[in-house]
Amino acid sequence: MAVDILIAEDEPSILESLDFILRRAGWSISSVTDGDAALDGVRRLRPRIVVLDVMLPKRSGFEVLKSIRADAGLRETPVLILTAKGQQQDRRIAEELGADGFVTKPYANAEVVGAVRRLLGEDAPR
Amino acid sequence: MLSADFVIATAVAYVGLLFVLAYLGDRRARTNKRSFLHSPAVYTLSISVYCTSWTFYGAVGNAARSGLEFLTIYLGPTIVFVGWWFVLRRLVRISHNQRITSVADLLSSRFGKSNRLAVLVTCIAVIGIAPYIALQLKAVTSSIQAVAGASEVGRGSLTGIDDVGLAFGVAAGMALFTILFGTRHIDAKEQHHGVVAAIAFEAVVKLTALVAVGVFVVYIGGGFETIFSRAAEMGFAVQASDSFGDRWVTTMILSICAIICLPRQFQVTVVENSNEDHLRVAGWAFPAYMMLMSLFILPIALFGLTTMPAGSNPDMFALTLPMAAGQDGLALFAFIGGFSSATSMIILESIALSIMVSNHIVMPIVLRLTAGQQRSDGQGVTSMVLVARRFSIVLILSLGFFYFFFTRDSDALAPIGLISFAAIAQFFPAVIAALFWRDASLRAATLAIAVGFIVWFWCSFLPSFESVSPAVARLLVDGPWGISWLRPEAMFGLDGLDPLTHAVFWSLTLNVFILIVASLFTSQSALERIQASVFVDVFRRGPVAQGNFMRGSATANDLFFVAERVLGERRAALLFEVEAREVGVDPAMLDPSPDFIGRLERELAGSIGAASAHVMLAKVVSGGHVSLEEVMQMADETQQVIEYSQQLEKTSAELRTTARKLEDANAQLRELDSQKDEFLSQVSHEVRTPMTSIRSFSEILMEQGDLDEWQRQRFVRTIHGESLRLTKLLDEILDLSALERGERAWENAPTDAEAALDRAIAVCDALVRQRGMTLELGQRARPTMVNGEADRLCQVFINLISNAVKYNTAEEPVMRITSIVRSGSYIVDIADNGPGIAKGERKLIFEKFSRGLRGANGDQSGAGLGLAISRQIVARMNGSLELVPGPLAGACFRVRLNVVRS
Repeated sequence: MAVDILIAEDEPSILESLDFILRRAGWSISSVTDGDAALDGVRRLRPRIVVLDVMLPKRSGFEVLKSIRADAGLRETPVLILTAKGQQQDRRIAEELGADGFVTKPYANAEVVGAVRRLLGEDAPR
Repeated sequence: MLSADFVIATAVAYVGLLFVLAYLGDRRARTNKRSFLHSPAVYTLSISVYCTSWTFYGAVGNAARSGLEFLTIYLGPTIVFVGWWFVLRRLVRISHNQRITSVADLLSSRFGKSNRLAVLVTCIAVIGIAPYIALQLKAVTSSIQAVAGASEVGRGSLTGIDDVGLAFGVAAGMALFTILFGTRHIDAKEQHHGVVAAIAFEAVVKLTALVAVGVFVVYIGGGFETIFSRAAEMGFAVQASDSFGDRWVTTMILSICAIICLPRQFQVTVVENSNEDHLRVAGWAFPAYMMLMSLFILPIALFGLTTMPAGSNPDMFALTLPMAAGQDGLALFAFIGGFSSATSMIILESIALSIMVSNHIVMPIVLRLTAGQQRSDGQGVTSMVLVARRFSIVLILSLGFFYFFFTRDSDALAPIGLISFAAIAQFFPAVIAALFWRDASLRAATLAIAVGFIVWFWCSFLPSFESVSPAVARLLVDGPWGISWLRPEAMFGLDGLDPLTHAVFWSLTLNVFILIVASLFTSQSALERIQASVFVDVFRRGPVAQGNFMRGSATANDLFFVAERVLGERRAALLFEVEAREVGVDPAMLDPSPDFIGRLERELAGSIGAASAHVMLAKVVSGGHVSLEEVMQMADETQQVIEYSQQLEKTSAELRTTARKLEDANAQLRELDSQKDEFLSQVSHEVRTPMTSIRSFSEILMEQGDLDEWQRQRFVRTIHGESLRLTKLLDEILDLSALERGERAWENAPTDAEAALDRAIAVCDALVRQRGMTLELGQRARPTMVNGEADRLCQVFINLISNAVKYNTAEEPVMRITSIVRSGSYIVDIADNGPGIAKGERKLIFEKFSRGLRGANGDQSGAGLGLAISRQIVARMNGSLELVPGPLAGACFRVRLNVVRS
């Protein structure tokens, strides 16, 4: 059961909003609420893209990203980092760890959808 | 015929007279500084203590046996006194400046105040003088026996007493007299005016007695010419040509040494000298006195030889000639004269020796033994010194008596005296070096004196026991262990010399040789160098105006020595070279100007401080008395500088510590700063999170898309909830911030804690039931008053209860709340069966924004500030909030508050 997008987000209302806007944009969604589950989901579901919050319980988003990049089978998976801290340092760490995109909360819905679309290489909206 | 009892009674009465004289002399000298006792005449007469019974009796015997040789004993002192300007003046000046008390003190002082040297000199003096004391005992004993004669009647109470017993009696009597005379009190300068007065009186008595006998002899002999011609007829010609030879030179050298180094001569000439100008008179008067003493020696000797029966003792001619002529009165006078010579010598010699023994041997030991004790009473020390002196006097006279006892069979007086002279002569090279040679060192002087003494002991002292000890006699013939070149009277094969000459030759030659060579090869200590220049330059320094030492005449050498020690060799040398170049002389020839000394002082001050530099230079330039204490003081000042620099070091260490503390504080500030950043970052995160939902759902709603009513309602509710959350968050942040600043929005007052807890439980009831949680209410306290505020306390309990609900992920969630009062504390435990707090997080959970595990039910209303706020609130009520091991599987939070006694 492959999905287009795996969302890893522990804030329920944010998760709900992400789920809503991305599903409405036409992608299939699966979601997890902690770092362990996120890594497990990436391995199991092989999503085309991972939308990853940094502040996750159990295992932070950066650790999950590092593990993905260290795994030969998952290395190519695009990762979009979400963070509420919005500091330059987080963005730099994310880039060093090989994140493909970086979105700061609070985000504009179009910004998230655009970033996912760009990473999936889908130019036109379906 | 005189009876022995009468003679002895006369002698005792004479001594009594001396005692009265000494007593009156002391009183007079103390009350009147200008009395005749301080006159040069008394001074000169006291020096004539040099003429002992050896002179009185022995010189006659010597003249009878060896002709003019006896004159050499007077020749040496005459040379020294006529040339008083050369040695004696220097000796007296130095001794006054340095407060010298004896020859041992002199040498010790010059050679770096070495007590070891003083002890050596003292021991040698005590041993070396023993034969001399014995000589006096022998003379007195012989004279008493000569006067008492051989008749049984004359011997009186002496019947059955041999010469040993008599000598013992004399020695004991002398000891008693000396103790009474010399150790009644202690003078700081070791001057004994009363004793000196008595000695001067004795000098007059002995001279008068000898002159009287001489005049009498010349009178009954028919004039000088008759006596000489009769003697020549009988073959007793005075053959001067025979007499000149090695023995002449030897005895003359010995007498030169003796007049300076004999303890009693040093005492009267140097220590008892109250005015340097007296030397001027003594310079001619003392030789004149000796000339008078020797004037009639030859006539008496020759007349005795010609008129007395063969085999009579020539030493006693001065007594036996008047007796033979029936002049008992004159004989008694002559006896008193001889007795005077002996007593004055014994009294002064033992006083001088006892001063040496007590000052250099007994006192150092006593002071060392009592070093730890309080010595506040000078009286104790004074009496200790007196006891030591008395003991020394007994010891010295005992040694003399024992020497007499072992050598009593030898009949001539003069050779015994020369043995002592030879011993004392061992000090002479060191004394001369002390006065004139700057480079003479302590080690060299000590070694030289010790070696000289050993050679003397072997070559001169030991052989004097030849007649009483067969072992010594064998030694003289064969040498020790048959080593012939070590024979005491023929060392290194030097045979054929007169034994005395032999001993003096070897002892003094080795002494001088060692002194010179060892001095060249050993270095001096600082104190030695200072003392050396004080001694050698005693006149160069001259009378320097106090406090204006800059006009003094320090040698460049002395200054360099000081400068070198303080500034180091290189800097000192540079300084002196520059000065020499400016003046235009060779550095070695530099004569330091006052300017230069001033500059030098400033240089020194730069290194050791102004006071120390001044003291140090003052010492060198003015040549003042440098006591050990002063040197120690100088060292102390240096020490203070060192301590000061140590303090500086300590201070800089403290500064380093302070700097480190500042660094730490700075690090803490940076840490706080980063904590602030972290806090702001956390706040930002916590604010952004609800904002994210609000913005996202707002946009969804704004797009007017195909939302059904249910979705629309739900999204609006979410937006509303997140807004409330945001408000609450901001409230909490402000609340916590105020609490952390120490502010308290309430007044602590006695509050019923149980009521607050009940209210909290009631508020949370709905939440608990919604979660399906079992609330176990365990043991509860009765209403308890604590110091706090009801609403805030309730807020804490609500926070703890709702946490227990929110974070409990158990299938069948259970919460247990108990409260008790224990030892003055109201304690509430709120426990649950949730996952508990991981070990690593137990400390963190009270920190801001620490939420631990998220609640499984998705309730995220908290921002992680609840526990931090609760803890602050409890702390403001003087209580505590902590995590404790609970009765259930999960966490257990304990609130502890002080109970208010009503």
